[in-house]
Amino acid sequence: MNGFFSLAELGHYSLVLALALSLVQATVPLWGAAKRDSRLIRVATATSLAGFFYIVFAFGALVVAYVVSDFSVANVWENSHSAKPMLYKVTGVWGNHEGSMMLWVLILSLFGALVAIFGGNLPETLKARVLAVQAWIGSAFLLFILLTSNPFIRLDPAPAEGQDLNPILQDIGLAVHPPFLYLGYVGFSIAFSFAAAALIEGRVDAAWARWVRPWTLTAWLFLTLGIAMGSYWAYYELGWGGWWFWDPVENASFMPWLAGTALLHSAVVMEKRGALKIWTILLAILTFSLSLLGTFLVRSGVLTSVHAFATDPTRGVFILGILVLFIGGSLALFAWRAPSLRQGGLFAPVSREGALLYNNLFLVAATATVFAGTLYPLALEAVNGEKISVGAPFYNLTFAPLMVPILMAVPFGPMLAWKRGDLLGAAQRLAFAMVAAIVAVAVTLVLTGAEGALAPFGIGLGVWLIAGALNELLDRSGITRGNFKHALPRFFGLPRAAFATAIAHAGLGVTVIGIIATTAYQTETIRSLKPGESLEAAAYTLTYQDVVPRTGPNYREEVFRIVVTRDGKAVTAVAPTKRFYAARQMATTESAIKTFWFSQLYVSIGDLHDDGSVTVRAYYKPLVTLIWLGTLVMAIGGVVSLSDRRFRIGAAKPARSARKGRAAEAGA
Amino acid sequence: MTRKQRRLTLIAGAGLVLSFAVGLVAYAMNDQIVFFYAPSEVAQKGVAPGSRIRLGGLVEEGSVKREKDGEVFFSITDTAEAVPVHYKGILPDLFREGQGVVAEGHFDTSGAFAADSVLAKHDENYMPPQVADALKKQGMWQHMGDGTQTQ
Repeated sequence: MNGFFSLAELGHYSLVLALALSLVQATVPLWGAAKRDSRLIRVATATSLAGFFYIVFAFGALVVAYVVSDFSVANVWENSHSAKPMLYKVTGVWGNHEGSMMLWVLILSLFGALVAIFGGNLPETLKARVLAVQAWIGSAFLLFILLTSNPFIRLDPAPAEGQDLNPILQDIGLAVHPPFLYLGYVGFSIAFSFAAAALIEGRVDAAWARWVRPWTLTAWLFLTLGIAMGSYWAYYELGWGGWWFWDPVENASFMPWLAGTALLHSAVVMEKRGALKIWTILLAILTFSLSLLGTFLVRSGVLTSVHAFATDPTRGVFILGILVLFIGGSLALFAWRAPSLRQGGLFAPVSREGALLYNNLFLVAATATVFAGTLYPLALEAVNGEKISVGAPFYNLTFAPLMVPILMAVPFGPMLAWKRGDLLGAAQRLAFAMVAAIVAVAVTLVLTGAEGALAPFGIGLGVWLIAGALNELLDRSGITRGNFKHALPRFFGLPRAAFATAIAHAGLGVTVIGIIATTAYQTETIRSLKPGESLEAAAYTLTYQDVVPRTGPNYREEVFRIVVTRDGKAVTAVAPTKRFYAARQMATTESAIKTFWFSQLYVSIGDLHDDGSVTVRAYYKPLVTLIWLGTLVMAIGGVVSLSDRRFRIGAAKPARSARKGRAAEAGA
Repeated sequence: MTRKQRRLTLIAGAGLVLSFAVGLVAYAMNDQIVFFYAPSEVAQKGVAPGSRIRLGGLVEEGSVKREKDGEVFFSITDTAEAVPVHYKGILPDLFREGQGVVAEGHFDTSGAFAADSVLAKHDENYMPPQVADALKKQGMWQHMGDGTQTQ
């Protein structure tokens, strides 16, 4: 066809090579580690880097096929169009089943390669085993792609024009959300590989937790951002103004997030105190198992949802096989080896360890409720054919009550001492946060005219988290004890980990406030308007002016111009549109959103009527942006934690400077 | 406390939290779950007014009437039976006559279905599987035209 004629074949071929390398990496280093043969052990690093190179090449070949619109490649023909904007040509690569599986293995091998590069300070045998386990996962998924989901299949003759990407997916939010999501939940594979490697080694200690934590944290960070982006995308693109639907696809990424959050906390205990070893290993296995489950749910097409665009049953069975093999295998390994691991330190129920364990209990229980709600409909349908839907009412009754005790306990955690804590003392030191929370409840009650106590309580809970985080930092710097002279230097001298905890917990509080305020206090107005008519949304008046046509790169749209006034004064204008994509004969609604401080006015267009009127739906969503800003703050907390001294020294530096660093630390 | 006592406290705590969670799930499963019906199933089994269900099928040709206040009247059919539905709100972009939809809501006392949400399939490769199954049972699958899978 052109100069790129053989690029798809080369891509296909390098996938095969990557599989061959991966099979070597899955076996030889294990043999080497058992025999203590350094030459065999070193194969792990070389193969994981070379394998990564070949997968990057294959992925690149697919991207090029999309960029040059090579419709002789079936995958490109099915999902692209020559008139599509360049950005969406590239991001369209992972907007479909085959391409998204390519992204999956790309990220899997990226993490493997990063361990190969930065794992210089790991014990030789542990590193070899980690990379070998990583390669088992890689082999399974490469095989899956090559046998059932090959993106490089050619069409002959090549069609002249592509079928275009589902317009609902042609959006910047969706373009960047899958890579983040995958960096998150595929990233948990490293924790899994470390856990399996530790079980094979039969040895696990505090150092293990220190090595695993940065990887878990990185994955968690991306997953947090990925979920938030997905939620924001659904919010503005689907035109319903909902930001979370408890859709099984959302749950598929939320379950690993919950378990991963628990893992982060239990790894702290293991790192600091050497306790909860077996539990942490189990959590690492469970977290990635939930990632695999998510991949199965999304990629096998067993679900009903807007995201489910995979429909081939052979793929479902294949992924199910991978799922059973890895979860069953790792749990069997766990059952066999875990009893031989040595128990860690003792602690009283009321202590920092106890608080982190409390966190784990509730997070795992919450994960279990999401798991039940996601899988029960599938199980029921398989058993007796009855079809049910499990939605928000179910989760409001199960997930929410489990979140309340954990959110109430969060500020106490950092205030308790290791080993044996003083609950009453911690409560006294949290006086500032308690007062702030009570004031917040009172203010909310007054502002909303005291209708219902649940929402004000929720707002108070959010403030409690934020104030509690601040309270902890102030307390540790001595300000609350009246020690002002040394407070400032002490404040800045606090370890980054303390700031990280405080920032992440405060971010959680911000998100809670956003969720409660939007859910409880949003207003919705739906009316059919003729040009010149208006409707009220909270304090704003929206006047529909006229509708004008506009032409985009691969769509036509009608722009509905609406003027927004408040107290008679013009504030702004909004222009929601209805788009029509010719290639797919498909219409979409583009909502218009105006942000006022942290609140948003959300306007979306419904039906056009014969008399020239149009249905307009307007929401006022108070503090809605806090939902996503809070997740951003949580992620910042994660970044700060990653930059903590002990990781910079413990994880990413070669052995020699690490020793020097530790000596400096000991001397300080 | 001895090691054994501590372990017991732990296990008791864990058991408490887990049984709390199980209790919540069991309660919610009884109360907060919405069953799916096709129009013929409604005719056969009957659905009590007020209980929440999902109703799926095709929008009957010629049945859509829009009122000025934004309320929409239409019928959902699986070709054997049809159920009158009314809904106030914005319909999905893909809502039209002959199209597969799922409406969620309850029957009012007059025997009409009061929907509070209406979902339509999101592209030509995808229709709510429940609708597809309901139609398959009625032998209507082939007539779905653009609703069938392309594979």
